[in-house]
Amino acid sequence: MSAAAPDSIYLIAAHPDWRNSRVTRRLLKAARGVADAGRLVVNDLYTSYPDYAIDVQAEQARLQQASLVVLLFPLHWYASPALLKLWLDEVLTYGWAYGLDRPALEGKTLWIVTSAGGPEDSYQPGGYNRHAVDEYLLPWRQAARLCGMHYAQPQVLLSAHRVGDADLAIHTDRFTEALKTWPQWQHGSNQRPLTTADREAIVPATDRRTSESLP
Amino acid sequence: MEHLPSWLSGSLIFLGAAVIAVPVSKALGLGAIIGYLAAGVLIGPWGLGLVSDVETILHVAEFGVVLMLFLVGLELEPDRLSKLRVPIFVWGTAQVLTCTAALLAVALLLGVPWRIALVVALGLSLSSTAIALQVMGERNLLPTTSGQAAFGMLLFQDVAAIPILALLPLLGPAEAGTVVDASDRALEAARIVAVIAGIIIGGRLLIRPALRWIARSDTPEIFTAASLLLVVAIAALMQVVGLSMALGAFLAGVLLSQSEYRRELETDIEPFKGLLLGLFFIAVGMSIDFGVLMANPWQMLGLVVGFLVVKSLALLLLAKVMGLPLAERAVFTVLMAQGGEFAFVVFQAATGNRIFPAETASLLVGAVAISMLVSPLLLVAVDRWILPRFQRNSRGTAEEISEPQEAPVIIAGFGRFGQIVARVLAAQSIPTTILDHDVETLETARLIGSQVFYGDATRLDLLRVAGAAQAKVLVIAIDNVDQSLALADLAREHFPTLKVVARARDVVHWNQLLERGVELVDRELFESSLMSSRRVMQLLGYPAHEARQAALTFRRHNIALIDRLRTMRNDREQLVAALHAGRAELAQQMTNERAARGERRATGTVRHAFGIGDDGVQEVSPMTTQGVSPSKGDAS
Repeated sequence: MSAAAPDSIYLIAAHPDWRNSRVTRRLLKAARGVADAGRLVVNDLYTSYPDYAIDVQAEQARLQQASLVVLLFPLHWYASPALLKLWLDEVLTYGWAYGLDRPALEGKTLWIVTSAGGPEDSYQPGGYNRHAVDEYLLPWRQAARLCGMHYAQPQVLLSAHRVGDADLAIHTDRFTEALKTWPQWQHGSNQRPLTTADREAIVPATDRRTSESLP
Repeated sequence: MEHLPSWLSGSLIFLGAAVIAVPVSKALGLGAIIGYLAAGVLIGPWGLGLVSDVETILHVAEFGVVLMLFLVGLELEPDRLSKLRVPIFVWGTAQVLTCTAALLAVALLLGVPWRIALVVALGLSLSSTAIALQVMGERNLLPTTSGQAAFGMLLFQDVAAIPILALLPLLGPAEAGTVVDASDRALEAARIVAVIAGIIIGGRLLIRPALRWIARSDTPEIFTAASLLLVVAIAALMQVVGLSMALGAFLAGVLLSQSEYRRELETDIEPFKGLLLGLFFIAVGMSIDFGVLMANPWQMLGLVVGFLVVKSLALLLLAKVMGLPLAERAVFTVLMAQGGEFAFVVFQAATGNRIFPAETASLLVGAVAISMLVSPLLLVAVDRWILPRFQRNSRGTAEEISEPQEAPVIIAGFGRFGQIVARVLAAQSIPTTILDHDVETLETARLIGSQVFYGDATRLDLLRVAGAAQAKVLVIAIDNVDQSLALADLAREHFPTLKVVARARDVVHWNQLLERGVELVDRELFESSLMSSRRVMQLLGYPAHEARQAALTFRRHNIALIDRLRTMRNDREQLVAALHAGRAELAQQMTNERAARGERRATGTVRHAFGIGDDGVQEVSPMTTQGVSPSKGDAS
């Protein structure tokens, strides 16, 4: 399917205001420390595309080279920063990422690493944020499914502004450890190749276009 | 009049007659050609008798037709010409043969001897290039199917006139025909081939460099002289080998149609063509021999009506075979039915070859001239009574008339600025017409493969030729402030619907453009300066996105500020004060923004001086950080 090495990672970090970032910046820095040539590619979106002119072809090529796609961002207004949403809109195109028998990202894993200011107890039915963080990430989860990707359990840090340095260090270590040990934590059941029936369940054939009908 | 030299009195008469007759005719809704013809009749030997030497004037004026074909050639690029192969060769042959056959048949039925009948039929089968092209140009018919067909036929007639003239000696009484031996003919053919080859090769290799060299001298009137010289020389060359001058000029026009000087040549030749063509129509008017007309009025009437009817029927048949749109057939028929200027030559030559006597010739010439006078009138009739009927049912075919539109964008100035604009548009396949007066620039542009034209964009006529009347947008990318303003004035005055996008050298120039109603003005260095400021901020450790936001905030603020300053620019003190206030305001605004960003965070946790240092980029120096780091304390 894709020429991606099984341990290759593409990490996309998005923060519109790095200077006021505490958690995401620290994680980005840690990830850069992990980076060894070729295996982990890191892209800081707001630095690469400050004018919002995303190089779609380059992005698609990088995605194709990776078996794990990491999205690192803070939750702003219960969503990703605007440029990451634009990245999603422009890079994961119909006829490439979805809508085909064999979408380009099929079998790859999407892993979201995010943080939010509110505390744990606010992100639940009785709390002032009323929903769990996982629910706010639902569009990402469904996007991954539509693309035939596996969706790894997100790593979320709450109380991000208040959390102590010790806890932040633990969070960071978990993050870098996961990057270092990929693909070992790729666990069993949902990692088998998709069958025709799986694909039919994701998008019915009537809503797909065949590879032949592509321009 | 004796005191005036003849050229002066002549000019006085011709110009005077034209200046009076043409506007009157136009006001009556009859068109310019009828005006000219009427002026000719008026001042000719049968009118006021002010001019008698009709022959000579006709010869001089025929050059108008030559210039016209040169201009037509300029409009036709070789690949478009090759698309006209069918109209020229197939429909051209068909038209001459059908019309000749029909006229010949009728003449023979009337008992005319076959030699005379054949010459008359051949002569009358030709049409007037001058009138037809002029009318098609006025009505913008050339791009239509019937226009293309008619144009192809007219072009073919120019070629066909030569063998027809060559045929005449053979038709004359035996003793008159001079026997030409084969070697002479071969020599003649070789000469013709050599001249045409010479024009094609010369046009490709010599004319362009020559024009470039002349243009470099930067003397506009010499360029005009060179344009005229070019056409005159080619016409002379063709005349020497006995070919049609108009054909040669047409060929030269086609060869130069892809050159960067096309627009300039067009602009320079156009007025000469107009005047000479007018003179030509005047001469035709003068040449109508009312003596013959008066002597045999019925015969003349029969001849004119007869040949027009016969030819029209043949043409209508042809139009049907060609599948021309119904609505276009009437105009096509009227345009092609009238006799042409070549008929004059053919009948003159026939007299020379003693095929028929001079009286017959002048009767025929008179008939042709009258048909030329009548056909514009017939067109008026067609417009009034026939076309309105089609208008109702033919709305669907209206689009095809507008087929080859001029480019929607004109770019004046092809320097560093205009080039980028043009290239962005080219990448979107948006056609542009580019004007520049610098030869060196054009050379570079040609290398990139752009369609560029040599000329001073501040000339109204050139702007017109460049299609300013049809274009949507004019980009003023000229770096010279005075010329830029002149062009803005010109555009506003003559093409009020044309949208203007302009390049301003500085704020003063920007103001001047705005005063002239140009609203879309960009200061030429503004955007790139902002870009550089972003780079500097980034080198100092600013994240790329923050640098962008800062520059864009400044941009917005600055545009608002100079807009406000515009109203007070005549008061220097007020201006300086406003400038200072503006600067302070911006500083305050940016400080506020930074503070707001800092406060947005829940509690005042540890501030991070952005140390991309760890990530490989240099650290922000403490001093700069002081100035920009947005903690609550230093938002002073």
